[in-house]
Amino acid sequence: MMPIAPLKAQQSDQQTPRLLVIACGALARELLVITRLHGFAEVTLECLPAGLHNHPTEIPGAVDERLTAAQGNFDHVLVGYADCGTGGLLDDVCRRHGATRLPGAHCYEFFTGHDAFTELHDADPTTFYLTDYLAKHFDRIILDGLGITAHPELLGMYFANYRNLIHLSQTDDPKIEELAAAAAERLGLNFEIRRTGYGELQTSVVEFVSLSRRRIDPRSVAEPTTIEQIRETTS
Amino acid sequence: MTDDQGQDGEIVLSELSDEDLTAQMHDDLYDGLAAEIDEGTHILLDRGWGPDKVLNIALVEGMRIVGIDFRDGILFVPEVLLAANAMKAGMEILRPLLAETGAEPVGTVVVGTVKGDIHDIGKNLVGMMLEGAGFEVFDLGINTDVDQFLAAIEEHNPDILGMSALLTTTMPYMKVVIDTLIEKGMRDDFIILVGGAPLNQEFGDAIGADAYCRDAAVASETASALVKARRAAAA
Repeated sequence: MMPIAPLKAQQSDQQTPRLLVIACGALARELLVITRLHGFAEVTLECLPAGLHNHPTEIPGAVDERLTAAQGNFDHVLVGYADCGTGGLLDDVCRRHGATRLPGAHCYEFFTGHDAFTELHDADPTTFYLTDYLAKHFDRIILDGLGITAHPELLGMYFANYRNLIHLSQTDDPKIEELAAAAAERLGLNFEIRRTGYGELQTSVVEFVSLSRRRIDPRSVAEPTTIEQIRETTS
Repeated sequence: MTDDQGQDGEIVLSELSDEDLTAQMHDDLYDGLAAEIDEGTHILLDRGWGPDKVLNIALVEGMRIVGIDFRDGILFVPEVLLAANAMKAGMEILRPLLAETGAEPVGTVVVGTVKGDIHDIGKNLVGMMLEGAGFEVFDLGINTDVDQFLAAIEEHNPDILGMSALLTTTMPYMKVVIDTLIEKGMRDDFIILVGGAPLNQEFGDAIGADAYCRDAAVASETASALVKARRAAAA
């Protein structure tokens, strides 16, 4: 087995908290833009492969491995994933390592905002969502990743129940919007664009860094996680 | 080239012994070859096999192997879907023949994907495996609310209620259904099985299901075992 390289902070200035954001590769570009835009030089960003999107059961283990490698080298860690279909298991990993994570069930929710996304989903659950990343890498992540390129007969099995595709646009880039529209056409779905910007991804990162700079543990103000909400619902 | 291979090196199913043919059908199911399963099913029936024997020895056993390799991370969702598609080809031939035999079903099952969720790949696979195990299955489809579950329970008086969800946001609805059944004093009238990618044993226990089933093969085995135990206890 390959040894796991330890994750170390970029700087060890005693005054500045050492911060790690360990995130889904599908958020890498957005997180770089946010951290640069706000001048968050103390943030070390590490991304895991975006292909884990199609294998949610592997996400908790992959995050756990990297958090173990980072142990002791950072003051605070933000896990740049939503629950992402892990059914609360990612929250257990975060709790064990004292990390916080992004809000919500998936990236579509934190880009759109919880209330707006809930409204969208409740109004019509037959909608498939693409972010900018997924629109740009639709062929690789969706068509190849789900085996549809190799076996076109799977398309109907995956998508027969969907009617619409909404592109949640982070950057208003016409080229990406074209790709999203082409994806909708390929899947035979009605197409719509919603401009979300970086949504709660940006506010979460800004809050994480701001609290850390003020020596406030981000966990102390974190929203209840998915597993806590499920436990509350089911208790 | 062996005696069972045609001039182009392809295996000629009709020339295989029963034992070799069923072994080949297991391989064909594993490889998701629907046309070969269709052909193999017809050959076994032409040789005088009863539809239940074809189902159990050729198809269900093949899918059990697929289930094990899915559990062990050797196969992934696309391969399982192709295998399910191949099994469906065999089931479409066998279903009317099984009905003609007039054999009493092992039990009756009502299944559905819960409200807000349109994902049915796993549920459909479970339905097929339960049919394979001799259950009569009433599939309520997707986005099923508590009233639809109640109506189906009243109509079919099932031994088992099965609920499926793929989304972290929809899985708590299973608890809504179970709580409603408790309120109406109906909870203990049947066995409740739950499944879906983000679920786990902890969640199944927390909502008061009789069992959490991690895949279709487990669902089928669990259904058979629990129905048998329940009938033994009632005898």
